[in-house]
Amino acid sequence: MIAFVFDILTATIRNATPLALGTIGETYAERSGVLNLGIEGTMYAGAFFGFATAFWTGSLELGLLAAVLVGLVAGGLMAFLTVTLGANQHVSGLGLTLLLIGVSEFGNRLAFGGGQSLRRIDPYPLVDPLELGGPFSQYALTYVTFLAFVPLAWWVLMRTRFGLAIRAVGEDPEAADAAGISVFRTRYAALMVGGVLMAVGGAFFTLAALGSFTLDIIAGRGWVVIALVIFGRWGIWRAVAGALLFSAVYSLQLRLRVTPGWQDVPFELLLALPYLVVIAALALSGRNVAYPGAYLKPYRRT
Amino acid sequence: MVIPVAVVITFAFTAVFVVAAGADPFDAFYRFLVAPLTSPVTLLEVLVSATPILFTGAAVAIAFRAGYYNIGAEGQLLAGAIAAAGLGMVVGALPSLVALPIMVAGGAMAGAAWALLPALLRVRSGIDEVVTTLLLNPVALLLVNALLNGPWRDPETGFPESAPIAASAELPQLVARSRVHLGLVLALAIIAVAWFIITRTSAGLKLRAVGSSPRAAAFAGLDVNGTLLRAALVSGAIAGMAGVSEVAGIQDRLTGGLSAGAGYTGIVVATLGGLTMPGVAAAGLLLGDLRVGAGSAARALDIPSQVGEIVQATLLLVTIAALAIISRRRSTQAGR
Amino acid sequence: MRRGEIHALLGENGAGKTTLMRVVYGLTRPDSGEIVVAGRPVAIRSPKDAIAAGIGMVTQHFSLVRPMTVAENLALGRGSGMRLDLTLAAAAATEASQRLGMRVQPSARVDSLSIGQQQRVEIVKALARDCRVLILDEPTAVLVPQEVEGLFSALRKLAAQGLAIVFISHKLGEVLALTDRVTVLRGGRVEGSAVTAAVDERTLAELMVGRPVVGQERAPAVVGSATRDPLLEVDSLAANKANGLPALRGVSFRVHAREVLGVAGVSGNGQSELVEVLSGTRPLGGGLVKVAGVTLRGGSVPEVIRAGIGRIAEDRQASVVGDLSVAYNLVLERIDDFRKGGRLDEEAIQRNARSLIERFAIRATPQAPVRTLSGGNIQKVLLARVLAREPKVLIVSQPTRGLDVGATEYVRSELLAARERGAAVLLVSEDLDELLALSDRLIVMYEGKVVGALNAAGADRGQLGLLMAGRGSAGAAAEQSA
Repeated sequence: MIAFVFDILTATIRNATPLALGTIGETYAERSGVLNLGIEGTMYAGAFFGFATAFWTGSLELGLLAAVLVGLVAGGLMAFLTVTLGANQHVSGLGLTLLLIGVSEFGNRLAFGGGQSLRRIDPYPLVDPLELGGPFSQYALTYVTFLAFVPLAWWVLMRTRFGLAIRAVGEDPEAADAAGISVFRTRYAALMVGGVLMAVGGAFFTLAALGSFTLDIIAGRGWVVIALVIFGRWGIWRAVAGALLFSAVYSLQLRLRVTPGWQDVPFELLLALPYLVVIAALALSGRNVAYPGAYLKPYRRT
Repeated sequence: MVIPVAVVITFAFTAVFVVAAGADPFDAFYRFLVAPLTSPVTLLEVLVSATPILFTGAAVAIAFRAGYYNIGAEGQLLAGAIAAAGLGMVVGALPSLVALPIMVAGGAMAGAAWALLPALLRVRSGIDEVVTTLLLNPVALLLVNALLNGPWRDPETGFPESAPIAASAELPQLVARSRVHLGLVLALAIIAVAWFIITRTSAGLKLRAVGSSPRAAAFAGLDVNGTLLRAALVSGAIAGMAGVSEVAGIQDRLTGGLSAGAGYTGIVVATLGGLTMPGVAAAGLLLGDLRVGAGSAARALDIPSQVGEIVQATLLLVTIAALAIISRRRSTQAGR
Repeated sequence: MRRGEIHALLGENGAGKTTLMRVVYGLTRPDSGEIVVAGRPVAIRSPKDAIAAGIGMVTQHFSLVRPMTVAENLALGRGSGMRLDLTLAAAAATEASQRLGMRVQPSARVDSLSIGQQQRVEIVKALARDCRVLILDEPTAVLVPQEVEGLFSALRKLAAQGLAIVFISHKLGEVLALTDRVTVLRGGRVEGSAVTAAVDERTLAELMVGRPVVGQERAPAVVGSATRDPLLEVDSLAANKANGLPALRGVSFRVHAREVLGVAGVSGNGQSELVEVLSGTRPLGGGLVKVAGVTLRGGSVPEVIRAGIGRIAEDRQASVVGDLSVAYNLVLERIDDFRKGGRLDEEAIQRNARSLIERFAIRATPQAPVRTLSGGNIQKVLLARVLAREPKVLIVSQPTRGLDVGATEYVRSELLAARERGAAVLLVSEDLDELLALSDRLIVMYEGKVVGALNAAGADRGQLGLLMAGRGSAGAAAEQSA
């Protein structure tokens, strides 16, 4: 029983890594007033280009760097559409997702001849700096995410001038503008930082967890993140807690698939469980939540 | 005016990918857009390819017009497809005249049912429908896969496909030696009816008012939540019919890849069509053309067929960018 | 502008005062011209440039991020380095509030402060940035007379410290009481500039309006109206705010046929909620509302309209569907009356639009999308939509806010004409002059209660001000006229 709990705990933390990264990234975007539905595509492209770069160069670090660049470009493109042009945020984000998935699959076909022939790289290994085993045996990226990125993301958002600017342009861009904050630059920065976190979250799959790229690698996790951010009410800690909750359900169903007595349940239904849990969590906690004041609203001086 | 300009800009952007794949962009774009229209066979294939996205485009446009962001047409389509496959296996004893309406109604109800939960959460608790409709898409796909890997797996071949539906449940062919089927007529009829309702009836005027300014609509005493709920369910029902159309018109069975992203393409169609029904019809045919063209160009030039998806997504982004620029310019002029 | 000077920018609504100052503050781009600060021409492309040039501004709608604290608002756009130093911001707030002579709590969230307190935060914010020129755009519009006095003495104090202050107003009395010099704007042009002490009220008024001034004409109050049956009866009405806190606590009043009842009060004391309840857009939390003897269940717009209430809401933009045509907006409250078979009766809709456009002198075609209309014309569309049905009761909120002189006069005359036709009018306004000009009787609201009632004719502004500030009482009068 203890071993079972440990297993689940280990898997929960591991599987929560990309979600936590994506959640922070999306929280930054939305706190600045922009809903970034490009997240699914950004994670996907981060996974693919991270993998392809690592594959061709043999360097995982260059793969990670490629994912960072993908995130900057994706976030910048989203910002150009929604901040500079003031285009509809829903459609911009979905279009960006469709584009990035298309480009990634195109690249995959071109470089590797399609999804079937599985190319592999040697991914990042598990590390256990304290040599405690079990839940402490994780990828370095997982350690960095939970021990550095998450607290840092909170600190930056709540305790720095940049974070204050993000929150201000997301609540009331007119007031922020009148205070001398550049709404334009702040939203660009928030979207690009957010994009990097999303793309690195996607690259976690290919560079650490799997060591390969498959066509359904993100499988709607970007949409899960959108829900988690609302569940987290745009706070870093609550959203990351939501990511751990989703991941726990996900890890539990993974484990149940190989548990005697559960094998008759179609695994697809178990796989659907985490999505349904997220919807249920939203239904219970998302009642009339207070969205950022300028959510979905483009800003332009009159 | 916007669309032709957007097409040109899109091709300029996407030429990069065509060149990267080692093909001549002008040749490729000729094959994408023009070639499918030059022979009767491919022209009919364009209609086949346009059929599902005419449904989903209309579904999305109706919802968006009401200010309800239904991004779940993909899942609703799959729900309709499941219903069609299930019904198609049991209505074999009935004549087509009875079986087909049952299929269509069943698929529509399944699509509406898949759309119900997000719609209720939105009007009752104010929970963002974008998230919930999106999240139900992978769930629908998993449900399809669960059926195909489990109870509905084809007993003869062992493939993850359902058994074929009864002959009387198939949508009849319209043109001999082509795949064009009655679903196309159904889609166009629905677009025509939707056009009439939106532009010519009081229900349509209410829908437009609610979609364009919910606060003003509520102030004038219109039933905003009721309108949203009805629009969401109608949208889901039409998306569900797209699933029926694919199962009963093309595949004759439930398959895993039957949607080919038609639910998401519906968003592209609706946006390109400016959320109007004539626009949806035109954009649906344009993207049908593009889908066929991308397929044949990929085969002929040996470039990945995903270039079609890239062109489609770029076209969407360029169009909304152009629309945003136009509306900005207009508001600047009005402000002076 | 000189150091230590309080300079008035006087002009009617729409004269260009606000636009001019938005240009100076970098919020609006000028088409031509230059701005000179302390002898040097400066290019102001954004508020950031304005702040750097030493210009501070308090806009009509405050530029405060409401869910944040005072200190956070002060820190916004200031300081250097990465860290957000809130203690420093709090210290700056305290220091600036001492200069101003008014207290401000740095850790308070802005949305928990009253309007008057928020205005103080705005001034403190500008001071904390070492501004040399402080612009205040109609700062008294949201204050009660006693608060206005406090503000004036604070501004005199700042001027004595060497600050140049631009005071934008359309109220002559305030300009004469406070300022050293005055510039009058009309129709976007400077009409004249003078030392305040050297001009009289009449000269300024004529400069401002551009023609000899006549008072608002109005039929006298109908004698003995109170003895007849009231058209609108409100008894112990209660309602909550959006956040669940009580907004109305036992409000009672009556409005009779051929009567305008004015509702005075500083904004945020329940007037909005009162209007919303009577408009059917906010549920009844308790009490009774009767229209011509019929009790309303509340919370339903169709019910309210059926009962014979016509509504002119405070937010005009939220009352019309901008993308739809004038013709459609004119029938928005009764779409189902314009059906023929299963279809919309387009012909009847157009006919209705043409006749209302003519009767209300709306400058637009029936097909024009409403968003292309000016504020005055939008208000006329709303008036037409409501008055076409000859409502028994009119609920009107801030009917002339932001309108130009012509439109304002037109709207006021239509409201009085409705009164002449026998309607009962409930008028909520933050503009005391408007209330006094149009109303037969006044009630004053404070913290969700009616704290006073008086006849408009000969009402004493001092007493009104005390009531609006929650002090003093007119209990006897309230009993009498209720």
